[in-house]
Amino acid sequence: MVVTTIYLIVYAIALLVIISLGLAIIFGMMRVINLAHGEFIMLGAYACVFATGAGSPLWLAFIVAAVAVGLFGIVVERVMVRFLYGRIIDTLLATWGLSLFLVGIVTTIIGPRGRSVQTSFGSVDIAGTNISSYSFVLIGMAFLMIAITWSLVRFTRYGLIVRGTMQNAEIASALGVNRGATYMVTFGFGAALAGLAGAVLAPITGASPTMGLFFVAKAFINVIIGGHLPITGTLAAAGIFGSIDGVVSFLWSSVVGEVSVLIVALVLLRLLPMGITGRMRGGL
Amino acid sequence: MYPEFAAHAADPPRWWWWVAVAAMAVLLIAAPFFTDMAFQLDTSIIFVFALLALSMGFLWGYAGILSFGQTIFFGLGGYSYAILAIETGNTSLAFIGGLLVPVLFSVILGYFVVYGRISEIYLSVVTLVVTLIFEKSIRSTSGPEFVIGSVRLGGQNGIPGIPGLSLPGMEGAPLSIEGVFYLAGAMMLLVYVGLRLILLTTFGRVIVGIRENERRMELLGYDSRRYKLGAFTLAGAVAALSGVLYGAWGNFVAPEMFNLNQAAQVVIWVIVGGRSTLIGPIFGTGLVQYLSTWLGTVNVGQVTVVLGAILIIFVLVFPRGLLPTIADLARLVFRSQVSEK
Repeated sequence: MVVTTIYLIVYAIALLVIISLGLAIIFGMMRVINLAHGEFIMLGAYACVFATGAGSPLWLAFIVAAVAVGLFGIVVERVMVRFLYGRIIDTLLATWGLSLFLVGIVTTIIGPRGRSVQTSFGSVDIAGTNISSYSFVLIGMAFLMIAITWSLVRFTRYGLIVRGTMQNAEIASALGVNRGATYMVTFGFGAALAGLAGAVLAPITGASPTMGLFFVAKAFINVIIGGHLPITGTLAAAGIFGSIDGVVSFLWSSVVGEVSVLIVALVLLRLLPMGITGRMRGGL
Repeated sequence: MYPEFAAHAADPPRWWWWVAVAAMAVLLIAAPFFTDMAFQLDTSIIFVFALLALSMGFLWGYAGILSFGQTIFFGLGGYSYAILAIETGNTSLAFIGGLLVPVLFSVILGYFVVYGRISEIYLSVVTLVVTLIFEKSIRSTSGPEFVIGSVRLGGQNGIPGIPGLSLPGMEGAPLSIEGVFYLAGAMMLLVYVGLRLILLTTFGRVIVGIRENERRMELLGYDSRRYKLGAFTLAGAVAALSGVLYGAWGNFVAPEMFNLNQAAQVVIWVIVGGRSTLIGPIFGTGLVQYLSTWLGTVNVGQVTVVLGAILIIFVLVFPRGLLPTIADLARLVFRSQVSEK
């Protein structure tokens, strides 16, 4: 009972972190809401399906998915998003167009049927609760994604430039920072995280053209309530919503869980219109 | 945000506008005499969707509120009409109820997003998320335990067999295809004229003022939140009307009314037509609907690929939409001729 509840909560938080971190990075650093985020996740899942299908081990498939979707993100940034900086609404609309386009193209090329990933994960029994062992991989990946992002931004030269651009883009470019290149890399990094998310989810959900839909609503709520600090915001919002979702889903059903998350989100927005981290100045 | 893209504060319509409206009304009345039923069915649904586009176009172009979730009120309108019409058998009552329920919900949602002073992108994403949650919730109601009165919500199968609208006092004799065509056309024309005239009132001028500079309007003593909530509710009512007519037109409602593709289509209609006029969204709806139907018949594969590409291209190349772009070109050509003289 207690173990099941704790497990459900931790699992829900990890899932939220995985699906929203890439979106949060792009939003926090560039003030761009990428409505094609769900489709980036979908592409990552397909990359995982094809890589494992070609005989690659799962960990390698994760890397392949992250790199492939990251590169795709850079192309999208160069071809489309970079013309729209400063026009927040237009980036929203253009990425929505991209989302429709990708769903249609993938349906045409690969077909509407879902594909699955074969894995050899069993399940374990902890205090009477049956838990699939892949869940531990998923929870571990959530930690790993946060750790990678945090150390990249905290300890590398690229991270320093990104933090500077985030705090004040004008001053950063006056000091000689190439803003275009920074944004390009950041968008690519966010896309890579979305691709990784899709690959991590693929063994559970499989891959299908419309799978992005299942995650976007949750990811958007999480990022908007989190506010502009990508790591703190994602963790704080995922903590709140994961707990609510876990407990309510355990007591009633997953749909009631999602509806209650939305209601809490609306009330939170009424109280904190800029999100949880809206008033924090520095930090990540 | 981009004043040059935004709609001008509405001047009183000139005489030729009234002539055009009258001509449209005459054309509407005359159309069934020289067109077949298939045309009337197709055109009725364009009128219904044009109302939905008007609701978003009005809110975005004039009040500066970009709601991606007008499908919330569209879907709620359809479902409320369906349940009330089946439950009571009185379609006039269902018509009114189908408007009231979504309007009530738009007041509640509007309170949270407007009085929370949520900034523009947040508002867009929140309304989008709300419509997605509605879709998901209704999809999960396929079991027999989900009933309102005696009507099963039916999950993803939707609610079939909704009685068609009949005139008050003539229950049991639903409107013919021609009747629905007249009703949808008349409603669209009335709402178009109504919104155009509302923009001339103090309310209309204040919401355009808020779009231009919210701080200034507040310093002038207007409570901007009250006016924004008013605009949000008005647009909600228009979307609800569209939803009710949709249910009465197809005798069927389904969770797809709330989904992301439906929401995207509304955005595409408005973007293609242009949001800086009220006629733009109507024009865009007609054009995109005909294009989608045509693409469906020539079998080019996924229509969403084309719709997605249209959205990207319009945002990148013609952000103002077709009608304002054409109007500008015409003005340019006209002016250069004048200056040559």
